[in-house]
Amino acid sequence: MSKEWPLWEVFIRSQHGLAHKHVGSLHAPDAEMAVNNARDVYTRRNEGVSIWVVRAADIVASSPGDKGALFEPANSKVYRHPTFFPMPAEVKNL
Amino acid sequence: MDTKVNYLLRLGDNALILSQQLSQLCGKGPALEEDMALTNVALDLLGQTRLWYEYAAELEGAGRDEDKLAYHRDAHDFKNCLLLEQPNGNYADTMMRQFYFDTWHYFLIEGLTRSADPRIAAIAEKSLKEVTYHLRRSGDLIVRLGDSTELAHARTQSAADELWMYSGEVFAYDAIDNAMVEEGIAPPADELRAHWLAHVAEIFAEATLTMPAADAWMQKGGKQGRHTEHLGYILAEMQFLQRAYPGAEW
Repeated sequence: MSKEWPLWEVFIRSQHGLAHKHVGSLHAPDAEMAVNNARDVYTRRNEGVSIWVVRAADIVASSPGDKGALFEPANSKVYRHPTFFPMPAEVKNL
Repeated sequence: MDTKVNYLLRLGDNALILSQQLSQLCGKGPALEEDMALTNVALDLLGQTRLWYEYAAELEGAGRDEDKLAYHRDAHDFKNCLLLEQPNGNYADTMMRQFYFDTWHYFLIEGLTRSADPRIAAIAEKSLKEVTYHLRRSGDLIVRLGDSTELAHARTQSAADELWMYSGEVFAYDAIDNAMVEEGIAPPADELRAHWLAHVAEIFAEATLTMPAADAWMQKGGKQGRHTEHLGYILAEMQFLQRAYPGAEW
């Protein structure tokens, strides 16, 4: 199973969504079937959705051990956070 | 009017019997995802059944509803094609039965979207997206099964050969079908058959399968209520509860 049916990660952009969100994973023999199956399992064939499938093996994740080195430095430096700028009302979804 | 009721029942019976057969595979698919897809198709067909039955019952005006039509008719009153009552067999058998049906069903429903009867056209419109998906899926699987290992190829070819004699019944129009064509309600047989043969030939070529002879002898009778021995068992299981407790609400 694992060799012939590799694991795929599924990302879906819902009808009114702005970005693809990771919704889960599934096993499939190739990308085309992964898309078909993702539609059956994760979207119930809703109109207007976009599906991305990515072989799990192709995803490189940051390692939990690096958490401090990767994300810590910014936390103690408030001037790095763009929170001091009032946003114009016309700008949405930021 | 009786003619149209009959025609609608044929449409509904086809969808219902195939849906029932696919439902039996729930939890038995070759892979989890395939299991999902099979039951999805079964649900689509059941939804279509209800729409056809609902309209048939209204036209008939005899107080029968969709449940009465599904659970209180015996085999000789069922008008589904013989192809659909053939056993699930192995996965190649199941998918070949599906592929022969889906190919016809897609072109039929597509034709029915232009039906002179607005209600039929509306039901067809609603079903078209589903049957388009069914057709794509079963064609894709026939190619995968046929053009793969020696064993899968052999099984798929044998499924193609065994089921072939049930594939032509849908094009054998009788008085009821012809009346529907004349009224502009249903598409003509030769048009559907040309599309069907072309699509099957295309998929079989890609699947490295040999297509049986187009002019081979075809088994008929389902549309007129003359069935193979399989249908009785399917109905016995499907109708048991309603037969034991007629009229029970659930």
